[in-house]
Amino acid sequence: MSAVVHTPTAGHADHAHDHPHGWRRWLFATNHKDIGTMYLWFSFTMFLFGGVLALGIRMELFQPGLQFWKPEFFNQLTTMHGVIMVFGAIMPAFVGFANWQIPLQIGAPDMAFARMNNFSFWLLPPAALLIVISFFVPGGATAAGWTLYAPLTVQMGPGMDLAIFALHILGASSIMGSINIITTILNMRAPGMTLMKMPMFVWTWLITAYLLIAVMPVLAGAITMTLTDRHFGTSFFNAAGGGDPVMYQHIFWFFGHPEVYIMILPAFGIVSQIIPVFARKPLFGYASMVYATASIAILSFIVWAHHMFTTGMPVTGQLFFMYATMLIAIPTGVKVFNWVATMYKGSMTFETPMLFAVGFIFVFTMGGFTGLILAMAPIDIQLQDSYYVVAHFHYVLVAGSLFALFAGTYYWLPKWTGHMYNEALGKWHFWLSMIFFNITFFPMHFLGLAGMPRRYADYPLQFADFNLMASIGAFGFGFTQLLFLYIVVKCIKGGPKAAANPWGAEDGGLEWTVPSPAPFHTFETPPVVK
Amino acid sequence: MKMFSRFAVVRAALAASLSGVAGGAVAVQSKFNLAPPMTPIANEIYSLHNMMLIICTAIFVAVFSVMFYSIWKHRKSKGAVAANWHENTTVEIVWTVIPFIIVIVMALPATKTVVAMKDTSNAELTIKVTGSQWKWGYDYLRGEGEGISFLSQLATPAAQIEGREAKTATYLLEVDNPLVVPVNKKVRVITTASDVIHAWWMPAFGVKQDAIPGFARDTWFRADQIGTFRGQCAELCGKDHAFMPIVVQVVSAEDYSKWVNGKKQQMAALADDPNKTWTRPELMARGEKVYQANCQACHQASGQGVQGAFPALAGSKVVASKGDQIALLLNGKNAMPSWKALSDVELAAVSTYTKNSWGNSAGEVQPAEFKAARK
Repeated sequence: MSAVVHTPTAGHADHAHDHPHGWRRWLFATNHKDIGTMYLWFSFTMFLFGGVLALGIRMELFQPGLQFWKPEFFNQLTTMHGVIMVFGAIMPAFVGFANWQIPLQIGAPDMAFARMNNFSFWLLPPAALLIVISFFVPGGATAAGWTLYAPLTVQMGPGMDLAIFALHILGASSIMGSINIITTILNMRAPGMTLMKMPMFVWTWLITAYLLIAVMPVLAGAITMTLTDRHFGTSFFNAAGGGDPVMYQHIFWFFGHPEVYIMILPAFGIVSQIIPVFARKPLFGYASMVYATASIAILSFIVWAHHMFTTGMPVTGQLFFMYATMLIAIPTGVKVFNWVATMYKGSMTFETPMLFAVGFIFVFTMGGFTGLILAMAPIDIQLQDSYYVVAHFHYVLVAGSLFALFAGTYYWLPKWTGHMYNEALGKWHFWLSMIFFNITFFPMHFLGLAGMPRRYADYPLQFADFNLMASIGAFGFGFTQLLFLYIVVKCIKGGPKAAANPWGAEDGGLEWTVPSPAPFHTFETPPVVK
Repeated sequence: MKMFSRFAVVRAALAASLSGVAGGAVAVQSKFNLAPPMTPIANEIYSLHNMMLIICTAIFVAVFSVMFYSIWKHRKSKGAVAANWHENTTVEIVWTVIPFIIVIVMALPATKTVVAMKDTSNAELTIKVTGSQWKWGYDYLRGEGEGISFLSQLATPAAQIEGREAKTATYLLEVDNPLVVPVNKKVRVITTASDVIHAWWMPAFGVKQDAIPGFARDTWFRADQIGTFRGQCAELCGKDHAFMPIVVQVVSAEDYSKWVNGKKQQMAALADDPNKTWTRPELMARGEKVYQANCQACHQASGQGVQGAFPALAGSKVVASKGDQIALLLNGKNAMPSWKALSDVELAAVSTYTKNSWGNSAGEVQPAEFKAARK
């Protein structure tokens, strides 16, 4: 590694902790821990940015009528909130976890391609910059929804092109990250660590990385076609030129559905790491967890058109996609049963990571059930593009992915920083997040059932009460996340020393065998796994 | 203070609408659940949803009572000692097979409904619904009323949206020309669009069908109660997506016949003679109305457009040129849709209006010129 080459005078005793200083450490970073840290800070920054946009949405929807924004800007807010949270916050956050934890968990000294790792991170800030700039070009950011449906995309201003370029860059970054993760996992495991001995987080990321490589190019294709339709006179999605706007949706959702599993499978992995440690009992059904994850991944490729029941598919198409989608409930159910069985007859304690993990299971499962309800084509036709769908995917993305990310952060923060975070504040963060999350999103089920369409800048009076409630919850949820920032910064700056294995994890993974904070270089000689 | 008082107004309106004071016009509103079903299909969807809700709640309660029982009993602080088992093939097979059976039980009635929803044959009335930014066009294609054609757009005044006037109970759910259909007749709805994708959603009928430019899709309903039913566009279609509601009046067979006759007479009276030469004030007066209905949403009442998105018409070269403007209005370009669907008189009027407003002065256009420009 270059870091070692540039510091030949370092004493051998300090070798493991030695690293370049100043900006070079970060710009030229090839160390998986440094790159992981940068991924996490980047995604948290984007999370706050996307969160501010969400508060802009909830401000306007606080009461009926247009108070703050023009509808065209409101549409920019909803669109960019989605794009930023999906591509800028959740996805890079999981890659950050992968960078930090995969080498530590499999006993590898670093990621397989350290320089490519640097490149895949440093692609992110330019993409984020394009997204931010797009708000200031004529016509503003794209307002076509995060799904960027044609032909509305053709009407957008240059903000649309910036979004397309940003997504291309983010996609390239994801593909490189995935290649790196797959290669690292398949080639650099410690001797004795067979595939079926890998920690669940590593397993879920291995499967996720394959999903990413399979579908990111499909998204790139869809948005490139959008770009040429906009500027070079092609008619991929323009019926007047022989194209088909619905084809865009097929291509997009062929990416988009696996994408939602890309954002949840690593979350399953994190929760599967945490529950056994705090239940002091091995994970129930390890093998069935692996098979369930793989089944979900495979099924995710044959369910995409359930996002399109209202486009008017033939009856056989509707039935096929309905049945296939309902099947996903089975492996997902197996996972939930396994987690509950792990807790059963355990000896549980409820530190913040466990609170978030248990909260995840409880609230994510509600999102899973609304997903099953939406899988039924006739019900979906009634609820498609309504607030019910908004409620559903926030239950799986916020209560699912985001809560798992919080759980993982609290779980591994002692390993990353060498300090314990403030447990009391962590619990406050959990309870406030949980309560405000439900105040925000639970009423949206009612709004959707009663008939409120999504992406509406203004709404009829019958929806006023629940929108008011959701807006209050959203502001509470948003400000609660500043508490999270405070807890993390405080933990980095100091706090009680963390032991190498602060949670007393018996079978938690190799990361607990190295000191806390994890030295700059770990596992230079591979550990042996029995 | 101002905000609070405005809020009180909203509250009062809401209370009125919920307590039914506002009358039958808003009878069909729901708050917690799906809209009260008014068609056989909507009924089936309603029961399917109830069934799903019951099954899911039961499973949820079952699974989470085990979890909360464990949380309560198997905690370290209560001296619980962890067991060490971590697999049980029988249990794992059981909890894979049982959900599979439950899923099949759910899928059976859903399949029946899907097939029924798709059966658009033997309709007694066929209506084409065209979504366009940001209004709905209705064409009665077959059945009683064949030939009737009109546009339907939001009737809520801007003053209510901007908070300068109190909002009424049908805020954002009222249109100038509602769709009128007979009760207990199978109505086939063919959807299409002229610019981007819209979706025609009538919750009480269990109908939601995307309207896709360049393609025709169909769905159907048979309303079994007389009344006024309200819905909205469900597919993001640009800035005024929230402002293109759908209102359907279901009337008795006799009332429907009356409406058809009235509508036909009205249409005949409104038909303009494109060969007549119109005077400048006539064109200007008519043009202003056409402009407000079709152009103002983008190009603004001031004719200044929106910078970066919609070009200004004041001082526009295209507006000043007769030929260019006629071609643009008829054919559209990029975000500007084609306005071929408007009549020659309407086009000539709006063209004259834009040529002579906001400081423009570029003469007038007669309907005959548009007639000639159409191929």
